[in-house]
Formats: sequence, structure tokens, C-alpha cells
Amino acid sequence: MRAIDVVGSAIGNSFRSRLRTTLTVLAIFIGAFTLTITNGLGTGINAYITDTVASIGASDVMTVTKVSADAKATGPQEYSPDQITSRAAAGPGSTTVAAITPADLTTIAAIDGVTSVEPSLSVTPDYVTTGTSKKYRLGLGSAVAGVHLQLAAGSQLDQKAAQLQIALPVSFVTPLGFTSSADAIGTTVQIGVSNPAGTVNVLNATVVAVSEASLGSSGNATANTALTQALYDASTSGLSTAQKESYSEAVVRFDPSSTDAQVTALKDHLTSAGFTGQTVADEIGTFKSVIDAIVLVLNAFAVIALLAASFGIVNTLLMSVQERTREIGLMKAMGMGAGRIFGLFSIEAAFIGFLGSAIGAGIAMIVGSVVSTALSGALFANLPGLTLIAFTPVSIITIILIVMAIAFLAGTLPAWRAARQDPIESLRYE
Amino acid sequence: MSHPILAAYDLKKSYGRGQNRFDALKGVTLEIFAGESVAIVGKSGSGKSTLMHLLALLDKPSTGTVQLGGSDTATLRGKRLNETRNKTFGFVFQQFFLTPGASVLENVVLPLKIAGVGSRGRKQRGHAALERLELDDKARSKANALSGGQKQRAVIARALVNDPRIIFADEPTGNLDSATGAIVEDILFGLNRDQGITLIIVTHDEDLAERCDRRIYIRDGLVVSEEARVAA
Ligand SMILES: Nc1ncnc2c1ncn2[C@@H]1O[C@H](COP(=O)(O)OP(=O)(O)OP(=O)(O)O)[C@@H](O)[C@H]1O
Ligand SMILES: [Mg+2]
Repeated sequence: MRAIDVVGSAIGNSFRSRLRTTLTVLAIFIGAFTLTITNGLGTGINAYITDTVASIGASDVMTVTKVSADAKATGPQEYSPDQITSRAAAGPGSTTVAAITPADLTTIAAIDGVTSVEPSLSVTPDYVTTGTSKKYRLGLGSAVAGVHLQLAAGSQLDQKAAQLQIALPVSFVTPLGFTSSADAIGTTVQIGVSNPAGTVNVLNATVVAVSEASLGSSGNATANTALTQALYDASTSGLSTAQKESYSEAVVRFDPSSTDAQVTALKDHLTSAGFTGQTVADEIGTFKSVIDAIVLVLNAFAVIALLAASFGIVNTLLMSVQERTREIGLMKAMGMGAGRIFGLFSIEAAFIGFLGSAIGAGIAMIVGSVVSTALSGALFANLPGLTLIAFTPVSIITIILIVMAIAFLAGTLPAWRAARQDPIESLRYE
Repeated sequence: MSHPILAAYDLKKSYGRGQNRFDALKGVTLEIFAGESVAIVGKSGSGKSTLMHLLALLDKPSTGTVQLGGSDTATLRGKRLNETRNKTFGFVFQQFFLTPGASVLENVVLPLKIAGVGSRGRKQRGHAALERLELDDKARSKANALSGGQKQRAVIARALVNDPRIIFADEPTGNLDSATGAIVEDILFGLNRDQGITLIIVTHDEDLAERCDRRIYIRDGLVVSEEARVAA
């Protein structure tokens, strides 16, 4: 028998007892549907996190802090005038780190694997206004070089430009009196920043972008290098050089093509020099692995559903082998090899698996898209860019193939039974 | 005379072992020549079907040899055995063994499908076989929509679709009333006469046996007598 005829007959046979096949397909459908949805959740959320990583910082950037000499000691720590309470530090409470001085920057720059190092200037401006609008308090996101913003309008900040550029969050558009995000682009806003003496300096910055709110930019504006520097200078005016040039963090750039091992090596080098390096991926990675773990658990449930369904396949096919005993015997008598008989039944199983998984995945994709569209308009309206359930062709094909493989395995028992049937026994008259 | 097309030498077949051992065939020797029609006759349980299964290479004898076209078949195995059966033999069983849901044509071309004939060739040869049995107008009908006689004709069409040299028929008319049975007999003997297909009929119907060139009587696993047709 030709292979194509084996496949054709197998498919034809699966339609012979429609009700039974339908019920089995339904069982697989449930498993495949669940698997597709849970995978889609994982894909959607992780894709969102990945996008957010790009909006938080470039992948070739590491935030470096200096380990305070007595950081390891427990109990009250002795005060040192060098210490800075890091404002950028995440998590509950703030971490006390030692200030990074120009000498430290030189040390860091010399470390193997560091392409460049810049101090991370942290500035807290007082307000922003268009001049005619009210003054609004303004948070400024740390201006990490290589930042990619998710834009509602405009273009990315030019970090090399001498022009003072700012990206405003979309929530500022209406309060500042712009009619739309696009309307804000190209206008000049005034930013007030006060120095330690209490004098407020006003700087003019050009709005080049309006950024969408996301996990990364949580309602903060973002400044380009020139504006950050100008704001920093304004906010530190009147301080001594030593005070000015003491930073809580530095930003290290490394070769973007570095492998994970190389990044780890770089971190180790930093650690032995008394610093701590953290990439954006480190910060976001924990979050991602939590999502992955949840998806894995959900997938496990889906796979359990599939395993249950595969017993349905075994049952269905055992019944049809039973029913078709005569036919199998006849085919064997007429010279059909055992291998082909095996193929006939196992392919039928795989086909049932294919039907269930293709329909399951298809409907899951429709349902998933509808649900995530509905949710992103309602529940997740403040997280634009989040597609809760996303599908990639690769994962859909993988799911279908996995289900088909499970179905095929389930089919091997009945198929093996059919294959080793004795034609004489099968044809014996009753 | 030339080589027999099919021959059995001292065939023994026993089922079970030890206490439960049962000798179904106790040393059968026979030779069947191309173009002959042979009836294997005997009471129920005498070993007719067992003998037919051995001759049709569906089973292996405990001892003894079956020769097909002069060569021993004991060495045939796996693919070659399947191919030999597919190309050489056609089967008509007491029951029809038609797949009820499939069309008559699909049922008839099953041996061709197994042989690996392409779908166009199958269709053509299937229709040709059905035409010979005047069943072509039923080609598209479902097999279970046929009458008993039509079913048996479809089965015969299936048996000869692959141009076999030998057709085995185990109680071919056992399931039919005498009128349709006679028609089916006519068809089988017509094939034997017109196309020289060797016919081996297992039966306990004396009338059917009478129409064969030769009758081999079996009792308790042994050939008790052979007789050729008395020239009319
Ligand atoms: N698989 C088997 N195991 C044990 N005994 C068997 C087996 N097959 C056949 N026999 C025995 O061998 C003997 C011959 O059986 P066989 O089927 O050849 O008889 P038969 O002549 O075809 O009878 P009938 O005319 O009723 O079909 C019987 O006694 C039967 O019980
Ligand atoms: Mg019998």
C-alpha cells in the first residue's frame, strides 16, 4: 500500500464512526484549547515584559553602584559623609551605597569588558509648564543611554544632540493644554529645578516625544543627555566640585554582542573591584521567571487534560480495532503487511489528535484575541501595548505537533494490536 | 504434465500442545494444476479450512511443504510473502467481509490499494472487474445496500481484480439461496473456463463439488479419496 493511501484510508476510517470520533476530538479539543490559551498568556505577558525591557533600558547597559565598605555588617552602620541614599534603588526601603567619585569612574572604565562609563545623574525637577498652563510636578525617569520609549507620538530622544529634549508621558498632554499627543511635539516647555540653596532655575526643553505609560516609564518624563546634564548642573549649582561629582550610580556600557557568560564575567570583575553591576534583564528577569513558572503550572494542567484525552483515543481505537477485526484480517490475508496496518491505526490516532488540536488551537486563538482585545480596552487600559494573550505561529505549530505526538503514542497500543492480529483468527466464521 | 501450480506434500498441522494437542491435518498430499477447478470436500471439522489456509499461505504447516509454482514457500516471509499472496491469490469467503460504509468500488479495489496501484489504475481496473460481474451500475452504492447475491458478486469482483492465478473460495454459496448460489457458481466456473483461473473451492455441498474437475475428500485430517469428474 502506498503511504499516501495509508494516510488517506486512515483519515477516511476516522470519519466512519462519526459520533465516537467527534467525542474523542472534543476531549482533545479541551486539552489543546487550554494549552493554547495558557501558552498565549505566557507569550503575551512575556512579550510585553520584553518590550518593556527595551523601554527601560538598552540591553548593553549595566547600572553600577559602589558597595559601601560596611554594607555587609549587620546592625546600625556607621555614618560616613561619603554615603548617598540611592533614590533609584528599587524595593522596600532604600539602600545605602557609597558615592561614586570620578576616581571610581576611572577604575570602572579600566575594568575588562567595560566599553564606557558615565555617571548616572539623578535630578528631581520641581515642575513643568508650557508657560501658559499651570505648573505640574514632574518626575524624571533616569536617562539611561539607549532607552527605547514606547511612543504615542514623536520620535526617540536624541542622546547626542545638544538640544535640550524631553519626552513627556501621555498623561501630561491634556493638563498642559495640548489638544493631542501630536500637538505637543515640537513645542517648548519650561522646567523648573531648584538648587540646594533654594533658588529655582528655569530651563527650556523641546518636547520631541510623548511616551505611553508602561511598566517601564510609570508616568515619568524622560530627558535626553543634554537636558539631564543641564538640569543636574542647575540643581547642583553652588555646590563644591567634590559634591557635584559624587554620584549614586554609574552607567556602564558593554559590548552588545556579549554572551551571558561574558556579562557574568563583567559583573564578577565589578564585584571584585568593589562595585555591583545589574543589567536591566537582571531586574526584569525575576519577574519573567515568575510568569514562566505560572505558565508552566497552567501548561501542566492542560497536559493532564490531554493525557486524559489520550485515554479516550486508546479507547476509541481499541473499539474500532475490535469492530474492524474482520476487515483487518481480510487486508492481511490479501497481503497487507503488519507495518502498514500499524500505520493505518496510528495515523488515524494522529489525525484525531490533529483534528482536536487544530480546532482547539484555532478556537483558542479566536477566543484569546477577543478576550485580550476586550481586556486591553477595559482592565488593562492603563497598560497600552499589553496583549494579554498572544500567539506565535511557532508555538501553535508546536502545540499541534505535541498533541499529535501524544495521540500517536496513544494510538500505538491499538495499532499494535491490529498489526499482530492473526488473519485466520479474524476471518473465522461464527 | 508440467509442474503443479500448487502442491502440498505430507502436510501436518496441529493446534495446541501437550494434552490439548489436536491434529487437524495428519499428512495431506495433493497437487493442483493450473486451470483446474478443485473441490475440497469433507464434513464439518474435517480440516478443510485448515488445509485451505495452509495452501493460501495464511498459515504455516507444522510439518510438510507447500509448493507454489514448483518452489517451496517455507522460505517466503514478510514482504515477499505478502506480495505473493496479494498477486497470486483471490479470496471468496463464506461471509462477504465487505466494508459496509464504503462504496462497492472501494471494496473491490482493496487488493489493488494494498498492491500499491495508483488511484487512477485502481478505478479503471475496479470498474472493469465490476463490469465483468454486471455490477458496474452499483459501483458507487454503499456495500451494505446490496442484496446477498450482489454482495457475493462484489466479493468475486474483489477476488479477481488483481488478476490472480488462483481463487480460493471457502463455502462461496453457503450464505446464499440456491438460485443466487447457482448464479455465483456459474460466474466462478465461467472465470475458470474463460480465463483459466485455477479454482479451489472448499465446500460440503455435493452439487457444487460435482461441477468441479476434481474432488478431494477429507476426513479427520486425511485425504480419503480423490476423484475426477466423470466425463459426461
Ligand atoms: N486455532 C485452532 N485451535 C484449535 N483447534 C483448531 C483451530 N483451528 C481449527 N481447529 C480444529 O481443527 C479442526 C479442523 O478445523 P477446520 O476449520 O479446518 O474444519 P472445516 O473442515 O473447515 O469445518 P467446517 O466445514 O465446519 O468449516 C476442527 O476440529 C477445529 O476444531
Ligand atoms: Mg471451514
